[in-house]
Amino acid sequence: MAKQIKGVLGKKLGMTQVFDADNRMVPVTVVEAGPCVVTRVRTPEKDGYSAVQLGFGQIDPRKVNKPLGDYLRKHEITPRRYFTEIRTDDASEYTLGQELLADTFEAGQFVDVTGKSKGKGFAGVMKRHGFGGLGASHGTQRKHRSPGSIGGCATPGRVFKGLRMAGRMGNVRTTVQSLKVHAVDVEKNLILIKGAVPGANGSLVLIRTAAKKGAAK
Amino acid sequence: MHTLITELEKATLRSDVPNFRPGDTLEVHVRVIEGNRSRVQVFKGFVLRRQGSGARETFTVRKISYSVGVERTFPVHSPVIEKITVVTRGDVRRAKLYYMRDLRGKAARIREKREAR
Repeated sequence: MAKQIKGVLGKKLGMTQVFDADNRMVPVTVVEAGPCVVTRVRTPEKDGYSAVQLGFGQIDPRKVNKPLGDYLRKHEITPRRYFTEIRTDDASEYTLGQELLADTFEAGQFVDVTGKSKGKGFAGVMKRHGFGGLGASHGTQRKHRSPGSIGGCATPGRVFKGLRMAGRMGNVRTTVQSLKVHAVDVEKNLILIKGAVPGANGSLVLIRTAAKKGAAK
Repeated sequence: MHTLITELEKATLRSDVPNFRPGDTLEVHVRVIEGNRSRVQVFKGFVLRRQGSGARETFTVRKISYSVGVERTFPVHSPVIEKITVVTRGDVRRAKLYYMRDLRGKAARIREKREAR
């Protein structure tokens, strides 16, 4: 099956509420989409896989390193700050230098949104993994938010690898799947996505066609 | 908030919302859809609170219906509201009139605002 994944890089502006056709309130995240530019097309013949590379954001041209800068100059593309590749089987339909804007997506479509989640610092198990903690009363002493037992005694005589414990939370790449596109404002180049999206306001997000929902139409 | 969002919200803002504040008595005309028919229902009571800003602003109206207190919260700019009419202006000293929930009978009245000249 040929997967035709569309994608666009953008900036998360923030959240608001709008009314839908049935006068219900819809919470939406406003994302400024692009303008993205196609900086490279990967083909199975040359690269072994099919994908498009997108560039987004301004950068001082002096900060771009030689290999990348020379490549972009050769194809007369102004340097961009962020790059990403989108694996799609119809990569050959894209041309170098082509601009991608908010109209890549349409209202009602489902998308996956990837971003870098907000850092929460060193977080305990209740916040980080949703543990229940210990009892509030019945003689619990200074242990209300602790994880409890972390394993057996002489057997196995160690703590299993990967056991969920307290630690750094957030500030990792996160994808939220199957979010609905509420509306697309082509004029202002905005995409309104129903629900929350990872990351702080002003951070970079990648919007792609949903992997699971609404793919087979 | 980002200026583009403020601009986006402008489209949802209604211009026909009268000036009202907590303590005022309002008649809120609400469009109710029953099956495929739509009619207008009036919810009359005093404004308990107003909160939020922009398109997300809401207000709560409280009334006593068959001796049971009923509170209803509307978005100020909701298209469901046909119109809002201000019946009286209330003279209150707080922005949130939660104390009214504990008052009954004669005590649960709000003085009308006298026009200062």
